[in-house]
Amino acid sequence: MATLHTRSHARLMMAPSVLLLFGWMIVPLVMTVYFSFLRYNLLMPGMEEFAGITNYRFFLSDPAFFTALANTLILTGGVLLITVIGGILLALLLDQPMFGQGFVRILVIAPFFVMPTVSALVWKNMFMNPVNGLLASLAKFLGLAPIDWLAEVPLLSVIIIVAWQWLPFSTLILLTALQSLDEEQKEAAEMDGAGFFSRFVYIVLPHMARAITVVILIQTIFLLSVFAEILVTTNGGPGIQTTNITYLVYAQALLQFDIGGASAGGIVAVVLANIVAFFLMRMIGKNLEA
Amino acid sequence: MGSISLKNVSKVFGEAAVIPSLDLEIEKGEFVVFVGPSGCGKSTLLRLIAGLEDVSGGRIDINGVDATSLPPAKRGLAMVFQSYALYPHMSVRSNIAFPLKMAGVDRAEIDRKVADAARVLNLTDYLDRKPRQLSGGQRQRVAIGRAIVRQPSAFLFDEPLSNLDAALRVNMRLEISELHQQLKTTMIYVTHDQVEAMTMADKIVVLNKGRVEQVGSPLELYRSPANLFVAGFIGSPRMNLIGGETAKTQGAATIGIRPEHIGLSTTEGAWKGTVTVSEHLGSDTFLHVDVPGVGHVNVRTGGEMPLKHGDTVFLTPEASRIHRFNDQGLAQ
Repeated sequence: MATLHTRSHARLMMAPSVLLLFGWMIVPLVMTVYFSFLRYNLLMPGMEEFAGITNYRFFLSDPAFFTALANTLILTGGVLLITVIGGILLALLLDQPMFGQGFVRILVIAPFFVMPTVSALVWKNMFMNPVNGLLASLAKFLGLAPIDWLAEVPLLSVIIIVAWQWLPFSTLILLTALQSLDEEQKEAAEMDGAGFFSRFVYIVLPHMARAITVVILIQTIFLLSVFAEILVTTNGGPGIQTTNITYLVYAQALLQFDIGGASAGGIVAVVLANIVAFFLMRMIGKNLEA
Repeated sequence: MGSISLKNVSKVFGEAAVIPSLDLEIEKGEFVVFVGPSGCGKSTLLRLIAGLEDVSGGRIDINGVDATSLPPAKRGLAMVFQSYALYPHMSVRSNIAFPLKMAGVDRAEIDRKVADAARVLNLTDYLDRKPRQLSGGQRQRVAIGRAIVRQPSAFLFDEPLSNLDAALRVNMRLEISELHQQLKTTMIYVTHDQVEAMTMADKIVVLNKGRVEQVGSPLELYRSPANLFVAGFIGSPRMNLIGGETAKTQGAATIGIRPEHIGLSTTEGAWKGTVTVSEHLGSDTFLHVDVPGVGHVNVRTGGEMPLKHGDTVFLTPEASRIHRFNDQGLAQ
């Protein structure tokens, strides 16, 4: 695309797809913004009227809002912590030459293919159930009292379930990064007298920095909006102990039928996600520069 | 410090014996070049000495101490890799300082040694750059810098110049030779380029299929190659190897004569032939001559020789410079 002529042609050719994508984004956004300023309840159809910022005032002053915000951040942070550290360790392990390596790699990746509702139900009924669950059996085998995971430590339970789903993703990305490390570099470090731990800290970890950044950014996008796992396990409870922003918006819209309030919540969630993205890019974005 | 001795060293990968069994003595302070065609086991041999591969059998002594099962870092050797293997996320300074940092040397000492190495290698202005901001020759020097700060008892070079362009290669060749004169440390250098071997080595080890074909100084190998392989490998352009009737009259299965040891005349001589190609390099002229009954003969002759394709020439090999080989390919 060297000349002015080819550049304007290129713009012309790209215009349809750009317009389509723009419309795809802007229509729902504008409608949500519009609804968020209405008094719009599904139980009172035809009674919509302009309500100013009342919806926002109610949503932001709702005591559940701050709990939900904290839950969202704890859930996102906790899962990131487990998947990144666990992913690095698993990648290091899978990078070792061993018998049946290909098969083991497929096993590790498998959880990613299980849909969130199913894996949450499996965890809820087969692992965390205080009577029939495997974890309960394990606790009894060890002579301990079984824990009712979803009632006693609900947020931790959700974190474990979501982390189990995302661990394969981070392992996969980090494993490929690990495999792209030049063999001669490792050997050079070995010759330079670096032991296993020093090699990991000074050579391997810096090499994986970009992959780790990608994992964190992509996962954050999805983790801020975790929903299915909460819906099928705890329904946001007990109380509001596992309600995150996404679930709060859902509750507003489809349990209380308050479309206006839910729209306001949605816009707040968009703003929050952008704030998180901003800080994230400030912190780790420099790793993405070539 | 710096003597290395290999006794019965062998290396087997699965079924393939890369190095069947090999003995070699390297004296302290020597510049030894391992040379051979690709796949001859020269790099493997270097990696065995470095400790990056385990020997399948035999024993490696470094400075008179058995080092066969020592890890690489404990052998007191430094290696310069073909790809340089610089740490891309570290500055030149940190790259050079890395081995010292790993050895737990204190900061002031590290700074001093890095500055010294940088001065020797003309890298002082580049210490804060990253490897990707350097040219090929500079990267090469950083890799050497990382090796010399450790003051190893021997340096190992694994085809270090193969990624550089021709002009730079000649320069770096000189720099490495000068470095050897300065440091007087044992150096082992692996290459497939016999010109590098001839120009740099005190002692050349010619390897073929994991076996040592001949060990000697560059001129020894040039003057008296022990067998056909060495005869064909050392020297550029290659030695002419002639078999058949011509060889029989000399009492050998094959005779060898170097292109520079053949007299050229347009009027009289032992062999009459036709020029097929003439390569004019300015300082030299390489003539490819087709001699009926003898075969294809390369001749090296002085500068601006006005011969071209199709000209008739007469060739006379210098009798004292003819190498004779028996039917096993060994020098007679």
